[in-house]
Amino acid sequence: MVESSKDKNITIHTYSEVEQVKGYVGNFDVRIRKKARSVDMSKCTGCGACSEACPHVVPSEWDLGLGTRKAIYTPFPQAVPNVPVIDRDTCRIFTKSKEKCGAACVRACVAKAVNHKQEDEIINEKFGAIVVATGYSLIPWEKHYGEYGGGRYKDVITALHFERMLQASGPTGGHVIRPSDGKEPKNVVFIQCVGSRDESKGVPYCSGICCMYTAKQAILLKEHCHDAQAYVFYIDLRATKKNYEQFVLRAQRDYGVIYTRGRVSRIYEKGGKLVVKGADTLAGMPVEVEADLVVLATAVVAQPDAADVARMLSIPHDQFVLFTEAHPKLKPVESVTRGIFLAGACQSPMDIPESVAMGSAAAAKVCGILSHTELMLDPTIAEVNTDRCSGCLACTKVCPFEAITTVEIDGRTVSNVIASVCQGCGTCAATCPASAITLKGFTNEEIYSQIEAPFKKSEKKEVAVGAPA
Amino acid sequence: MSGKGLVLSEAKEEGIMEYGYYPGCSLHGTAKEFDLSIKQSFQSLGLTLKEVPDWNCCGASSAHETSEELALALSVRVLSQAEQAGLKTVVAPCAACYSRLKMANKEVTHDADLRERINHVMGQDYEGGVTVRHVTEIYKENRDKVAASVAKPLSGLKIASYYGCLLARPKEVVDWDDAENPTTMDDLVTVLGAQALDWSHKTECCGAGFSFSRPDIAVRLVGKILEAAQSVGADAIAVACPLCQANLDMRQGPAEKRNKTQYGIPIIYISQLMGLAQGKDAKALGLDKHLVSAEKVLEKLKTPVPATEKEKEPAAAQTA
Amino acid sequence: MLQLNAETVHSFRDTIKRLSDEDVSRCYQCGKCTAGCPVATDMDITPNQVMRLVQINGRDRVLSSSTIWLCLSCETCSTRCPEDIDIAKVMDTLRKISVAEGFASPQASITDFHRLFLASVEKYGRLNELEFSIRHNLAMKRPTKDIGLAVTMFQKGKISPFGGKVKDRDGIKKIFAESKRFVR
Repeated sequence: MVESSKDKNITIHTYSEVEQVKGYVGNFDVRIRKKARSVDMSKCTGCGACSEACPHVVPSEWDLGLGTRKAIYTPFPQAVPNVPVIDRDTCRIFTKSKEKCGAACVRACVAKAVNHKQEDEIINEKFGAIVVATGYSLIPWEKHYGEYGGGRYKDVITALHFERMLQASGPTGGHVIRPSDGKEPKNVVFIQCVGSRDESKGVPYCSGICCMYTAKQAILLKEHCHDAQAYVFYIDLRATKKNYEQFVLRAQRDYGVIYTRGRVSRIYEKGGKLVVKGADTLAGMPVEVEADLVVLATAVVAQPDAADVARMLSIPHDQFVLFTEAHPKLKPVESVTRGIFLAGACQSPMDIPESVAMGSAAAAKVCGILSHTELMLDPTIAEVNTDRCSGCLACTKVCPFEAITTVEIDGRTVSNVIASVCQGCGTCAATCPASAITLKGFTNEEIYSQIEAPFKKSEKKEVAVGAPA
Repeated sequence: MSGKGLVLSEAKEEGIMEYGYYPGCSLHGTAKEFDLSIKQSFQSLGLTLKEVPDWNCCGASSAHETSEELALALSVRVLSQAEQAGLKTVVAPCAACYSRLKMANKEVTHDADLRERINHVMGQDYEGGVTVRHVTEIYKENRDKVAASVAKPLSGLKIASYYGCLLARPKEVVDWDDAENPTTMDDLVTVLGAQALDWSHKTECCGAGFSFSRPDIAVRLVGKILEAAQSVGADAIAVACPLCQANLDMRQGPAEKRNKTQYGIPIIYISQLMGLAQGKDAKALGLDKHLVSAEKVLEKLKTPVPATEKEKEPAAAQTA
Repeated sequence: MLQLNAETVHSFRDTIKRLSDEDVSRCYQCGKCTAGCPVATDMDITPNQVMRLVQINGRDRVLSSSTIWLCLSCETCSTRCPEDIDIAKVMDTLRKISVAEGFASPQASITDFHRLFLASVEKYGRLNELEFSIRHNLAMKRPTKDIGLAVTMFQKGKISPFGGKVKDRDGIKKIFAESKRFVR
């Protein structure tokens, strides 16, 4: 991140939202809203005095509630840029709170960088290509899994919480503890597939990353707490890449992690511990663990606003709001819309090496476009016969890619196809009441001929099997 | 047979809800207290109960485990009897009967061919016009009336509400509460002025189905439930099903023996608790009919609540 | 030795599908049913194993198991199954098939319970609690089981020695005579 921020060819807009995207490949008009962070980036030195001085403490989103932050804060120590932001929903000045803070941050700032009057900035800029790398979220398991306590038990946490605990710079200083009493846990249960592979109340797919990170967390648990015992309840182990299988076996053989094949039916509290009722399908019996801490590997799902992002970009997605690639095997990093590329978990659950590879591939594809002054296109695109076009503009309304505009010819308004945007889907051709717009190579006449051919009698008495489109 | 225990005036008053009453095989026998207290509670809420004429056994688990059509026909006959008597709703106090009747009702209501077949098996017709409800559903609907009828709040009493299997599952039947953390009875307990305890065995099976045939299993499961209730300091366990009550009550002694401990937790029907909160006499509510005595609970209710707890009480009673 | 071949491997699964409308193929053996079953420790084969055996036509093993009779239809498994399979319903269907095909029950006290319960219902239209429990005790060869309990219940007026009867006994007899074991 730091390297990117220093590169003169890269501008990072943080605390910003892409609000509108119009145009087409090579010519995207993008409107960006730089939200007001209430701190002047040109003056701030990143000293952190403002956060220290601020009296208003709230739970930290980054630490998933395990830790706290101030109303003026940087989300984590390695944040780029190292400039804080004021959370206007909690800052006492913005919420006009009865508890006064006396603008402590303003007074503490030597550089006079804090500015409560700062406003959002709108940036309109043209871009040649767009890479979507909006990432993933985790399933809100508390809503669906009452049998695991529904979020009521403090010591039932997600793997992401556990991850925060493992970080030396995290809310527990790198110590693995029970959130309820701060003590070190002895028996720790890791449950995989919470929300994944669940057609009943989760997502039917496998989240792909949990088997490996659980093995890692079980190993690190043992390194942080020497007396701890880890139990992993799994259904299948997905350890497919280089050294992955060996890694999982290492967890079992060298770190004594007990891998039990079977889901957990229920978790409940008993005498300060958590009773985990699971099964060992291989041994053919139910098993129980009285755990000190339970870590849930929760399902990877699309970001809550993924559908809005897709609509804004005019890119399709599947029923799980995972953005659709142009071809699952041959075009995995391109979206269906030309000029918009996909990278990372917004397209499909994936781990870090895969995301990085995809990002690199998307970047290479972008270079492929931007390094030329001309674009080579698939020839099967729509074409308007301007003599037949009546200017009803029905086609402009049905084009899913907004590839049709209008043009004046001899005082008449007729449709005009933007060749670089047209994907050749044929919706306009099907809609046009005058058959004025057709696809090159797939004209109506050609299609009718293909349909008629198998039924024509030929001397050889063969039936040609037509395969339209 | 239907003359027994009819609570109300013959004339149906205007504006008062009339419910069909399906006692099932235990309400006139082993679960007599439930019968008594339900009737009292409905009367206090201005609701009338009319026993389904010439009702038969719903078939319980024995029918649906051995014959589909038998199970359906036995249950649907009850509904047919109710329908013919002009009863639009049947209230079944027993959770098992409730589940059987409601499921059978769903199946024949949605499948005309099946209904025809079952009508043929029964030799009488059911058109599909009856709704099946559980007693606690009715209480829930009349929450405000329940609250208004409380004369002697059960302050200081700590109650663990036990739903068992059939007042939490399956979701198609109990679509009015959460399967993993139901709250209908807990809410009623709070309205009655007692403290509803959060505990781990709200919906764990007690093994009532095996009380006769595999009492060893029933005793084991009963023991787990009592242990969990004891661990949260429950004065009593509230139930709304005669099978749960009978099992947790009758098998408590053997569970104490098996686990070498004392539980002494009375198993009280939610309707009995309601009656107590309404100031009714304990004996009239059948509280002397339990095997595990409810004496300590009654003592606690008689004892004036000490000053410090009194200050906390209003806040607790108002959580709803 | 369970032989797997193209002609028969799916036959039991198909039978269950036809009779119960539950598709056991969807089960991927996650074990959540076994994990939550209150009586799994008493069973000879666990619920997930029952589902597996149905998938591969291990019908004899399943139909002779104690498992299907020890299942008390608590519905915990069906409620939590990630594939929405109504396991309790499958158990019900297996019980019916077991009875229909005359498998000897490894849990006689349970099958006797059902038999005697239904006999009482057939006779009176309702369960005669006292008569039924006496008969069941005899069947279990434990005539004095719960006798102390029975006396206490009697004293508290919780057992009516005469029980209730349905007036329309012919209607009840018709139901028992006409019902078929399976709807489909």
